Amino acid sequence: MSLLLDANPVPRKLREFDPQAIEDAREFRGEITLFIPAARLRSVCEFLRDAADLQFKYLSDLTAVDLCASEPRFEVVYHLLALEPYQRLRLKVRLPGDNPRIDSVVPIWPGANAFEREVFDLFGIQFDGHPFLRRLMLPEEWEGYPLRKDYPTTGYR
Amino acid sequence: MPITLEKIPGQEERVILSMGPQHPSTHGVLRLVLELDGETVVRGIYDIGYLHTGFEKSFEALTYSQGITLTDRMDYLAPLSNNLGFCLAIEKLLNLEIPPKAQWVRVLLTELTRIQSHLVWLGTHALELGAMSPFLYTFREREEILNIFELVSGQRMMTSYFRVGGLALEPPLDWLRRVGKFMKGFPRCLEEYEGLLTKNPIWMKRTIGVGAISAEDALALSLSGPSLRASGVKWDVRKAEPYSSYEKFNFDIPTRSEGDVYARYLVRMDEIRESIKIVNQATQGMPEGPVKANAPHIVLPERESMKTSIEALIYHFKIVTEGFHPPVGEVYQSIESPRGELGFYIVSDGTPKPFRCHVRAPSFANLQTLIKVIEGRLLADVVACIASLDTILGEIDR
Repeated sequence: MSLLLDANPVPRKLREFDPQAIEDAREFRGEITLFIPAARLRSVCEFLRDAADLQFKYLSDLTAVDLCASEPRFEVVYHLLALEPYQRLRLKVRLPGDNPRIDSVVPIWPGANAFEREVFDLFGIQFDGHPFLRRLMLPEEWEGYPLRKDYPTTGYR
Repeated sequence: MPITLEKIPGQEERVILSMGPQHPSTHGVLRLVLELDGETVVRGIYDIGYLHTGFEKSFEALTYSQGITLTDRMDYLAPLSNNLGFCLAIEKLLNLEIPPKAQWVRVLLTELTRIQSHLVWLGTHALELGAMSPFLYTFREREEILNIFELVSGQRMMTSYFRVGGLALEPPLDWLRRVGKFMKGFPRCLEEYEGLLTKNPIWMKRTIGVGAISAEDALALSLSGPSLRASGVKWDVRKAEPYSSYEKFNFDIPTRSEGDVYARYLVRMDEIRESIKIVNQATQGMPEGPVKANAPHIVLPERESMKTSIEALIYHFKIVTEGFHPPVGEVYQSIESPRGELGFYIVSDGTPKPFRCHVRAPSFANLQTLIKVIEGRLLADVVACIASLDTILGEIDR
């Protein structure tokens, strides 16, 4: 982990800004993944967006992964993009299976609005501070969260 | 209860209008809830999910190769772009090298897809603003492109022609002649459409200054594709992160600065011209060679070899019954679909089925811009704005 963190300027700058910002880091097929503590998400995202030489102004994608049966159960995944200089970055935040909540990033990237609603709808993860956290794909009265691993793919619930 | 707009306490009562999901201008089943002051839209929200079929959940129950058929059905106007994005993501996961001919055929066909998708957009866009004839002309040309798809893959729309490791089968012998013949006549057709619209006073009055968005707002709202380039951001995934040997082709990224409906129209028209350039280059410089990667544990063997080689037969049996095992890991691969950045995020746990497959659908993100640009505009402009963003509900709802 430390080798990767020193070689790439993005995690290095992030650690200079906040030494506790990165829990863990991975690299696979040239893509960098940084694990961020849930409590620091807002400040880290603001820094990545506004720092003069990073400029991650574009939220490409936001989704979640359910690692059912292991704890922490959920990972919320953020794909960021900077146009100048051009680079991509993946952030991950681990959340517990029991009452998963995380700060919304809509105040930082308004484009996160629909993505967070989708994750709320299909995974049941709460986003604190989201302006309109309602079901998006499914009807309001739907029970359960289909993209969780304990939700069956076929047959009746 | 379907979603509706809550009244703001203390404010005078205004009309709440539910537009869609069956409204003909909503390109499918988009429902908008609009608060109107006279004919002016004060605020609005959208309601989607009418086509939700749980593709992302279905991916988890299918092998990687089977998943390709699902991608066709997401953005049904650009099935080959979706095939390409999904296959590239899996190939990145597998670290698989694709032969040059397969890459060039992929480029050629996805550019034809871009042209035909833009033709449908142009026809329906004009139709919704009251011009009937462009619709009939664009569908005439689109039909010929669909015929080329049928010639190559056997299917007009749900092609599933790109497979992990290359193409499903070798394209027929004289298909390039057919493409060349179409490309020879097509620029004239494009002039015909532009002659009907570009300087048409009604068209200009309905589109210039309507639904404008600044580059900064557009980036913050995760807008991508031609709609973003109409706001002056010169970002195209094909240039920024070339995939499938796009770096070998010579083309420009058309941009405008106005960011309104008319600018989006002009950008897409220029984009069709750039696609023609790419298709012509691909037709002329098509390399020779195989169309499938040399990876027997991933790519299905030729039918002939199965009759003589026990090894080919075993591989075929393994791939069909079980699938292939990619390494544990996760990848995000994005391509420039006709509508913007189409991304596939695949998490693999080493089994033949994806542990998680998320689709970053461009229309899903672009739709957020709609709510921003219709505020304060007339109800009739809403129709122009929906059409100019070119959203496809199949990939929004997934």
